Amino acid sequence: MLTRRIIPCLDVADGKVVKGVRFRDHAVVGDIVELAARYRDAGADELVFYDIAASPQGRRVERAWVERVARVLDIPFCVAGGIRSVEDAREVLHAGADKVSVNSPALERPGLIEELAGAFGAQCVVIGIDSLRDADGVWRVRQYAGDPARTRALPRRTLDWVDEAQRRGAGEIVLNCMGSDGTRDGYDLAQLRAVRARCRVPLVASGGAGAPAHFLAAFREADVDAALAAGVFHGGAIAIAELKAYLRGQGIEVRP
Amino acid sequence: MRARPNVDVVLVDAGGSNLGSVRCALRRLGVEAEVSADAGRIRAATHVILPGVGAAAPGMARLRESGLDRLIPTLTQPVLGVCLGMQLLFEASEEGDTACLGVIPARVRRFDGAAPRVPQMGWNRLRIERDDPLLAELAQPAYAYFVHSYAAPVGPWTLASADYGGAFSAMVRRRNFVGMQFHPERSAAPGARLLANFLREPAAVRAGATGT
Repeated sequence: MLTRRIIPCLDVADGKVVKGVRFRDHAVVGDIVELAARYRDAGADELVFYDIAASPQGRRVERAWVERVARVLDIPFCVAGGIRSVEDAREVLHAGADKVSVNSPALERPGLIEELAGAFGAQCVVIGIDSLRDADGVWRVRQYAGDPARTRALPRRTLDWVDEAQRRGAGEIVLNCMGSDGTRDGYDLAQLRAVRARCRVPLVASGGAGAPAHFLAAFREADVDAALAAGVFHGGAIAIAELKAYLRGQGIEVRP
Repeated sequence: MRARPNVDVVLVDAGGSNLGSVRCALRRLGVEAEVSADAGRIRAATHVILPGVGAAAPGMARLRESGLDRLIPTLTQPVLGVCLGMQLLFEASEEGDTACLGVIPARVRRFDGAAPRVPQMGWNRLRIERDDPLLAELAQPAYAYFVHSYAAPVGPWTLASADYGGAFSAMVRRRNFVGMQFHPERSAAPGARLLANFLREPAAVRAGATGT
């Protein structure tokens, strides 16, 4: 039986893992390869590297660090940020990444999803969606959400975009629920459930993880395939091995 | 875990984007593999690996361009197909209704409605169906990383199966040809063990091999 995945997300700038408020005051947390190896050994099922510098500066992800990571990692990893074309994706995939994740560029030009799926297969193409519930109660997507100064609310409804992304060839969807992101109060189960009902490809929950029970709820109540988190792992609040032991004890299938 | 140092491994360049990852995984085992699409070079190797990510039709087209579709089935050294590379060992694939290499007499099909979602993406447990040197010292339970929308049926060729809305072939063998539907290069310790076991396969066809 397919197990549920636990995915730490690491922010990368100029080849280093950083933390802090996005796009301001990057504190270097450590060497990207060292941290990747640490999460590999801790039992992470997959890693996401989010190049927070490439995206807003209109730069391409640097191939060098992707290659360094690919050499040491024996678990899959995905690169997000700064991928706007088939050529950008090819660089990253040929450097050794297993998947690329595309967010705002796909909103600018939805045809990019088809191009990527056609060139590399849907299994390489992850669509990241930043979503927030508006005052009228409807979830809508946000563009450039990585940068608070540039974030734009779009008229596009999240559920419509989930449908369209799949139709165009998305192989996986990461739903970042901005209302819960950073709160550590738990994933946005209502929104995840609504997206799950529309999503035939694997769905990854993102935004709000603060305790092991939040992961359990996302798997059990929203039936997501994977749960992504950053702060709780980096800060040491949750150890992956203990999280997995807890989930197993609750009847969720996870990789030992 | 070190593989035998005296192997000469060639990775067949069929345009798969996991070529680099497989090469890295071999390097972690102490083996430097060469990437080639040259028939003479491939024939001379002690071990041949056919990686591959993507769709069956373009994958086969790439092999046909260089005549490798005729060469590969005639190879007598150990040959490993990974992911799409394993599917290409079969007779045909439903994906684009593609004729494949015909080493294993069965047809690869798309996951049907019983599969929770397609593609299958993630770690699934291997269920050993048959004894084989390829499975030596594989610690149990063993989980491997899968990413695929099409799957091969279980048959006499199946060494290990996995369950995704029904059983499918996770590892196969016919004579000197073996296949892994998952990505050993991304399957942590079990993946490294299986790759090392493949590199331990004797360079000539094993006498009395239990192939079907």
